[in-house]
Amino acid sequence: MDNQRVTIVEKIMDANDRLASINRNLLDQNGIFAINLMASPGAGKTSLILKTIDALAPQMRLGVIEGDTAPVTIDADKVHAAGIPAVQINTGGDCHLDAVMMNNALQQIPLKELDLLIIENVGNLICPAAFQLGTHANVLIASIPEGDDKPYKYPQIYRGISALIINKIDLLPYVKFNMDYFRQGVEILNPGLITFPLSCQTGEGIAAWISWLKEQVLKCKTSL
Amino acid sequence: MHELAVTENILEIASRHATQVHAKRVTDIYLVIGNLSSIVDDSVQFYWDIISENTICSGAQLHFQRIPAQMACQECGHTFGLEDNHLTPCPQCNSMNIRVIAGEEFYLDSIEIEK
Repeated sequence: MDNQRVTIVEKIMDANDRLASINRNLLDQNGIFAINLMASPGAGKTSLILKTIDALAPQMRLGVIEGDTAPVTIDADKVHAAGIPAVQINTGGDCHLDAVMMNNALQQIPLKELDLLIIENVGNLICPAAFQLGTHANVLIASIPEGDDKPYKYPQIYRGISALIINKIDLLPYVKFNMDYFRQGVEILNPGLITFPLSCQTGEGIAAWISWLKEQVLKCKTSL
Repeated sequence: MHELAVTENILEIASRHATQVHAKRVTDIYLVIGNLSSIVDDSVQFYWDIISENTICSGAQLHFQRIPAQMACQECGHTFGLEDNHLTPCPQCNSMNIRVIAGEEFYLDSIEIEK
């Protein structure tokens, strides 16, 4: 019996990352700006999507991919009611979306007819961080009632995002939340990260988010 | 929590490389995992024991090399490790102006095979 050591050095997530690149190429070829929207359950993913639709649907063509662990279509139904095409992914119990599910969903979307695509990931701060989908931006929504220590407890997801929404700022007077402590954690993990403090409830701060999105969509179009 | 997907990937990578070199079986698999990744070794082991059965990796021992999170102080240049991923001030100058420089590794380094 002959034992031999074989050097490999292959990233464990390599297969997913390669498919994510394929997804990204598909989006780029069609001039679509796509975001992977992540958050805890209840932080405001669907609310933000609906606010975004309200503000942008008159000026550009939006599409949504909804990821959920069970065959409930609560979120997709709300998006449909707002008049926007939505594809529902039932992950069958998986706690995150991955590049395979994203690729399948992209086959079901009229890519030539979209400018902005929002993927609403499964409500979870851990698993989605490990699976790139191929979007241009990973965006996290942190909400005030969740507490100011979340960057310290969930470093991986804070490291992997290119924009952070701080939702429910209207609750700051009623909830213990030290914004300096929160921002310090964010800055350590993701220096210079762009943040959007806002409230989907009152509308405060939404304009800055919309403005940023419009800029990103335009950049995608002009690089076609 | 997504350890099943991760374990399936480990099985695929190890099996592919073992097959490429015409191995009879894989005896050991060496993984490098940074502490900032949210993987629980026991969960990987649990899934591994199930899905590696009746494959070229059946019976292979998993070795987890854990890399602690390392920080670099932007004020004084000191580098230090984190215990349990707690973001703590620089032990040298007490600044919280610190950055991650290691601890996010996540790869299959090598395997040992029987020919």
